[in-house]
Amino acid sequence: MSLAYLVSLLYQYADNVAFLLLAAVGLMIILGVIDVINLAHGELIMMGAYITTLTYNHAHLPLPVCMILSVIGVGLFGMFLERTVIRRFYNDKLGALVATWGIGLILSQGTLLLLGPSMQSVPHPEWTVSYGGYSFGGYRLLLFAIAIFVVIAAWWFFYNTRLGVQTRATMQNAKMAQSLGVDTRRIYLLTFAGGSALAGLTGALYAPTTTIVPLMGTTFVDVAFITVVVGGGANPILGALTSSALLSVISAGLSSVLGTFIGRIGLLIAALVVIRFLPQGFSGYLRDIKRRRMARASE
Amino acid sequence: MKESKISKIWRKLNGPQELGHGPIFWSLFGCFAVVLLGYSLVGSVFSLSNLAIFFAYVPMGLGLGLLWGYGGVLSFGQAAFFGIAGYVYGIVAGNLMGTPGGTLLAAVCGIGGTMVVAAAFGYFVFYGQVSGWIIPLLTLVLSLIIETFMGQTAGYQWRLGRVLFGGYNGMTNIPSLSLGGVEFTGATVAFYVLVIAVTLAVYLGLRLLVNSRYGHAVAAVREDAERTRMLGYNVDFIQVQVFTLAAGLAGLSGVLYVSWGNYMNPSSMGMVAATLPVIWTAVGGRNSLLAVLLSTVALRWLADALAVRGGEYAFLILGALLLATMLFFPAGIVVSVARRWRDGKRRDSKIPPAPLQETNQTRGVS
Repeated sequence: MSLAYLVSLLYQYADNVAFLLLAAVGLMIILGVIDVINLAHGELIMMGAYITTLTYNHAHLPLPVCMILSVIGVGLFGMFLERTVIRRFYNDKLGALVATWGIGLILSQGTLLLLGPSMQSVPHPEWTVSYGGYSFGGYRLLLFAIAIFVVIAAWWFFYNTRLGVQTRATMQNAKMAQSLGVDTRRIYLLTFAGGSALAGLTGALYAPTTTIVPLMGTTFVDVAFITVVVGGGANPILGALTSSALLSVISAGLSSVLGTFIGRIGLLIAALVVIRFLPQGFSGYLRDIKRRRMARASE
Repeated sequence: MKESKISKIWRKLNGPQELGHGPIFWSLFGCFAVVLLGYSLVGSVFSLSNLAIFFAYVPMGLGLGLLWGYGGVLSFGQAAFFGIAGYVYGIVAGNLMGTPGGTLLAAVCGIGGTMVVAAAFGYFVFYGQVSGWIIPLLTLVLSLIIETFMGQTAGYQWRLGRVLFGGYNGMTNIPSLSLGGVEFTGATVAFYVLVIAVTLAVYLGLRLLVNSRYGHAVAAVREDAERTRMLGYNVDFIQVQVFTLAAGLAGLSGVLYVSWGNYMNPSSMGMVAATLPVIWTAVGGRNSLLAVLLSTVALRWLADALAVRGGEYAFLILGALLLATMLFFPAGIVVSVARRWRDGKRRDSKIPPAPLQETNQTRGVS
């Protein structure tokens, strides 16, 4: 086994981590803070990809500008959804699931009707890096860097800004936070918008790499759901990181040896085994350990 | 004094866990059954065949009604279990072609196979005591994965015995159920009568089940799993059982569907197919089996009617219907109407109304 081969494995691993992180992090933040699963997440990703593609192909703006427009557009749409629909389901988790599923159906079928079954995609940036006989897509490496940056930025936001602290307070105990003067409705609104904007970012970033079709959200959500289930909602950032780090080992390993499909099955089985022993996912388990330690320390 | 067996069954049929009691309801129900069965004598073969396939989906819908409305567990897996049963039936029946009783064995294998998969899946999910949102997510992933798997089985190397899997083209030439020389294929009166009889039997059977002691335990798990556990019930096991039973009912629908069209393809387990049972159950009202039965048939009919006039709008309308129901009739349209009618009647008779028996779900407490 040469060093170059190891580097190529590492590249595949990083590519997988980036995909899982970007697909799941928005969903996970919404779950962690609002305790609601947004089943329309895949359709929001689709929407991001469509905004990028349309602005790039028709308004001829530079690609990064198109991507920023996607983030803003989907974020605003998320805000609209929170105000009109999601807000009514804060006490009814399963109801929120079903309602957002309806929204997803409307979005994907509406896109199909309005814009047809497929559209011209954005050209894939052809940067390559070669090392030891292997060539690596530069754009994929950029995606990995962006994924890590998103996680760090989210962490910085949660731990170093006033709004972030208020959000964490709302997560821990919404009533208590309210009585201390935190406007939890506003926190929920902003969180949902932020999670949606991250979905828009994911769609925009992956638009050059896939075919743009109305049902493209499906390819993101199945891995996103598994990542969320394995990570748990107790701490979105820690959960997303640990879960995508573990799942990528399985997915990259199995996919490179036995094909993508076996990789997917491996992910599902991994999720089933993890929740059998850690029903709250990794982040729930880590939180329990921390709590136990604190309890022991206070004795 | 010991209660006679018949009056015991009658009492259970009229238990509090389902809408519709008393002589008026049961005479209407009897008329409904007689009209449906009598229609086989006068209806054209085409309309019988259409109506039969609408009713063939009812067990799948009722299964989800039981699981979600009574058990409090939402699942997007009904389509996957429908598909697994259809494919297993196709493989067994195709290989036993010509053997007497082969299709019956195939039906047992199909439904049994799907229940085994469901039980294994349920073991991991329910014994882990996961929170409520995990099960819909993982069952959805299960549906998508099985769809992808069956989709890539095109080509001659993908076969079992003499049955080709067929990838996205689907499995074809699957023999219909046959029993004692009668073949229950799509365009026959026999299939229609079989489907109606099976559907009504499943409805009445589930009605007995939800009003039995076991059914009350199932509802107790929905209301408060922890409290039920403290009362000594094996909550995890009950949930696995209900999940498996619901999967078996979806499998029954799958077998009926394959017998009707002699055909099965992966899209019957895809994203859109996984949605349909949830829409039927939510729109009708998950807390009543009758509501699910009615809305399944009505929405199948609606989807069919829309498909004839340009199918593109069908899922858009179904999605809008689902969203509107969740926003304005969280308990479901049929159930809301029935409750309003019942309360109206109470007011007329000037008896102070009893507090509504609402569940935690309809109150929106989770």
